[in-house]
Parts: sequence; C-alpha cells; structure tokens
Amino acid sequence: MVGIARAATHGDRVFGLVNGLLLVALAFITLYPLYYVAIVSISHGYAVVRGEVGWWPVQVNLESYRAVLEAPYVLISYRNTIWYTVVGTIVNVALSAFCAYPLAMKFFYGRRFFTAFIVATMFFKGGLIPTYLVVRSLGLLDSMWSLVLPTAIVTYYMIIMRTFFQNIPEELHDSAYLDGANDIQIFFRIALPISTPIIATMTLFYAVQHWNSFFPALIYLSDRAKYPIQLVLRSMVIEGDVANMQVEFQDDERIVDTTVKYAIIMVSTVPILLLYPFLQRYFVKGIMIGSLKG
Amino acid sequence: MAPADPPLDRPSLRRRLERSKYLYLLFTGPFLFYVLFEYAPMFGVLIAFKEIKVFRGLIPMLTAPNVGFKYFEQYLADPYFWQLVRNTVLIRVLGLAIGFPAPIILALMLNEVRSDPFKRTIQSITYMPHFISLVVICGMIVNFVATDGVVNNFLAFLGFERTPFLVKPEWFRPIYIASDVWQDVGWGSIIYLAALTNIDPQIYEAAAIDGAGRWRRLRHVTWPGILPTVVILFILALGRIMEVGYQKIILLYTGATYETADVINTFVYRRGLIESDFAYATAVGLFTSVIGFAFVIAANRISRAVGETSLW
Repeated sequence: MVGIARAATHGDRVFGLVNGLLLVALAFITLYPLYYVAIVSISHGYAVVRGEVGWWPVQVNLESYRAVLEAPYVLISYRNTIWYTVVGTIVNVALSAFCAYPLAMKFFYGRRFFTAFIVATMFFKGGLIPTYLVVRSLGLLDSMWSLVLPTAIVTYYMIIMRTFFQNIPEELHDSAYLDGANDIQIFFRIALPISTPIIATMTLFYAVQHWNSFFPALIYLSDRAKYPIQLVLRSMVIEGDVANMQVEFQDDERIVDTTVKYAIIMVSTVPILLLYPFLQRYFVKGIMIGSLKG
Repeated sequence: MAPADPPLDRPSLRRRLERSKYLYLLFTGPFLFYVLFEYAPMFGVLIAFKEIKVFRGLIPMLTAPNVGFKYFEQYLADPYFWQLVRNTVLIRVLGLAIGFPAPIILALMLNEVRSDPFKRTIQSITYMPHFISLVVICGMIVNFVATDGVVNNFLAFLGFERTPFLVKPEWFRPIYIASDVWQDVGWGSIIYLAALTNIDPQIYEAAAIDGAGRWRRLRHVTWPGILPTVVILFILALGRIMEVGYQKIILLYTGATYETADVINTFVYRRGLIESDFAYATAVGLFTSVIGFAFVIAANRISRAVGETSLW
C-alpha cells in the first residue's frame, strides 16, 4: 500500500477527505440517538419538554432512574430477564453441544439420517400458529420455560458448533477411548475444554438473543410477574403506559414521563453495551465461520 | 475367523450401535427438542384443513373434520388479501432497494480508509446498533417522532409543522426502512469487508503503477473483487422476499397505519393469536410459506448456477 500512497494525486487526496468526512457523519448519525437517550435520561423533565436538551444534559439529576427502580414490575422483570438469559443460555449451549458433538463423530450410527432430519427443519417450518398450539398443548403457556424450551437450539448455531467439533483431531478421542473413557467422559473432559472459543461465542450469541427477545414472551406469557424487561419496556415506552407504573412523582407526571422512558431504555440496554467489546469480537468471528460454511 | 464374519472395516450393526450408545444418550435431549418443537408444528400445519372452533389440544384438533381448502379459498377471495400481499412485497422490495446497497457502499468506503485506528473506530461504532433490542429501537422511534419528540422539535425549529408521523400511513415505510438501515448497515458490511480482504494487494499496486486513480481502482479492481459476493447475497435476499420483520411491525404499527403497515405475518398473528382463529391463520401462514419456499428454492438454484459461472 506504500506504493499507492506515494502515487496519491490531488484528486485522490480530496477523495480520501470526502470519504473520511462522510464516515464521520455516519458515525455521528449512529451514535447521536443513543447519546440523546442517555442525556435525556439524566436531564430535568421540564427542560426536555421545552426542547432545551440537544447536546448536553440540562439540570442533571437521577430522579428518573429512581422512578424506574421504584416502578412496579421493573425490578421483577429485570430479575426475570436475568433468569431467562442465564437458564436459557445454559440450556441452549448444552443442548446445542449435545446435538453437535454426536453429529461430528464419524462413527456415530445414524449420523447422516439425523443430520438430514435436523437440516430439514431449516427449510420447513410449522410457523407461528402451529408452534404456539404445540407449546399450549404441552401446558407450557404462561410458564417461564416457554421462553426457554421452544427455542432451545438454533440449528444454524448448532451447525457452526458441529463444524468446530469436526476439526478436533480424531487421535485425541481415540487415545482416550483406548484408555477406557466412554464418549460422554471424552466429551466433557476432552472435547469441551479444547472448544472454549466456540462455547464462548455461542454463549454470547444465545445470551444476547435472550436478553433482547420480546416476542415469545408476548405470545406465551400473560402473568405480568413473569414478564421479561423487554415486555415491560414495550408497555412503558412504546404503548406509553407509564401511568400504570403508579409512581408518585413530585413534579407534574406527564413531564417526568419522558425522562423515565429514556431512563428505562438505558437500564435495559446498559448490560449489552458493557458486553459490546466482547460481542463485537466474537460475533464478527462467528459471522466469518458461518460464511465459510455457507 | 468364520468366513461369515463381516470385514474388519465394516463392524456389525450391533457393534456400531454399541459403540454409539453414549452418543445416543447425549443426543436424546436434542432429538426430543426437534421432535417436539420443530416436527410437531410441521404436522400441526394440517389444522389449516380442519374444522376448528376452539382450542382443544393439538391431537384432538388434528382429528377434527376436514374442510379441504375452504380457508384458502376464503383468504384468496378476500379483497384484503391483495392489500396484505402488496404491503408485504412493497416493504420488502423498497427495503432491499435501500438496505441492500447501503452496506456495500459502506464497505467500499471503509476499504478506502488508510488509517487503521480510524477504520476500526468507525466499524466499532456502526456495528453497535445491531445488538440493541427491537423494543428499544422501536421505543426510540416512537418517542423521537412523537409530536413533542426530538424530530418534531427540530422540524418546528426549522419552521415546519409538527407531524404525528406514526399515525400517517405514508410515513410508515420510510420510518421502518430507515431505522432498519440505521441498525444494520454496519453489521451488513462485515461480509463485504471480508470479501475485500481477499483481493490481492498486488493488483492495486499494479493498477496504481499504471496510473489508475482511486476511482478507477475502485471501479476496475475493488468492485469486480466483491461482485460475486454481492450477486450471491442479492439472490439469497430475493429468496427471502416474503420474510418481513413482522415483530418490528407489531411494535410500530397502529390501526391508523394498517393501510401500509399490515403485512401477511402481522395479519396471521392478529387473526390467530388475538382472535384465536387458529385454523384460518394457519392456512394463511401455510399459503405464505409455500410461496416463500418456492422463492427460496428458485434463489438457491440460481445462486448455484451463478456461483459456478462466477468462479472465472
């Protein structure tokens, strides 16, 4: 690339400058809405309604966060989301690995049949209503497991895992087998420990999915005490159901409303943003593995 | 050794089952998952042909009297059917028209950046919205475009009238598509950036020595380098023509915007899960999947054909 730099003409330099400025503009458009949410959440409601908050927070205070934490169902739903994310992700990663490992073993009898059996589900789907009816027939409606079991394996992720397991040298298995270990022991003691990169990637994939998911909760749950944060967020921020929060505001309610909405957006998104550096690294890697396969 | 014994490299069925037994133990859970949550719903689709009044459990529903293609005929005869198809295809096609080129352009722009830290910063920033939940994105949209929201404040500042964007049918598609692009343009560029790294730097060197400026190198080196990826991804996107992000629409639409916002899958959701008209909604869903499946098959065929010829 040094050669190119030397050959740069005036036109090339203008091109580079314009290009750089456009990218900075894009970065601004991407960040500003998130920044705006953050500054509104810590500003005073009156200043926000009067349109005074644009670049900097005005009359910084944490009232809205206090209101969010005191609102009914917010803490409960937060705890629920943590439960869904932790339990759901453990089930996801465990079942995906239990599925991927046998399919990766050449000697597994029925390997080709089971692979076809599973890959077929990527093309043929029962669809929304039949899936709902199955969940309902199994008595899972309004159960916290309805957000865990029906999505226990994402086939695409499972196949990425299988590809990874396939690349483990066979000699490792064989020598352990000859030493008298059975396949479950080999799986836990040999295959899993050397597969930590893929396990970490999958854990992040699934965890983000659980944290952000709202639709299964919308269709399977009716008991508010089991709602994940995303569903509470929906009723407060999108349906504007802040009145149901039954919080006693010192100020005029409507005015505090806005900052509370932004505060709860922050509260629900901060864990994702904290994880973001890891997410970026592992997800990009995941996309690459996926694209090599496809 | 008796001659009837199978050769050593092909152990008997018994031996092979025996050898796999612990793997079967591992595989039991996943197998049950696929049977219950993938295959059972596939058979559940048959209720699209059944006379069903109320929910009675899947097995009684599957043994209900047949009505043949009654629901399909009803659906096709409904004038609303065409509006749903139109909305579905329009939001998808318009979405593709803007959302498909955007990440390509971004990848090409990033590829022209010479400072690595700058490039990495822009990448980190533009990938970020991909991880934000749909509810948060839609919550931001709803509050930003509200009559007292930041967008209207800005418009009022410029002297325009305040507009309740989300109850205006003509604004639904622009808002839906723009926010989609905002959220996923960076993420979508990753695959093109990967394709760009596969271009041999020597070709650039040679082009530069031949006196090609940045525009010409872009047109004659970079673009041909990612064209195969572009073609494949475009065909695959066409295959998903019926798959609109209906969860996002459910979060954003209101009765006032059904005219442009209501798509087949949101209709299935309302008809099936809000009104509990399970059989009819399943029929509509099945009809859509069949058409969608035809598109996917066609797309895969074409991509295979193109894939072979584009290996030049």
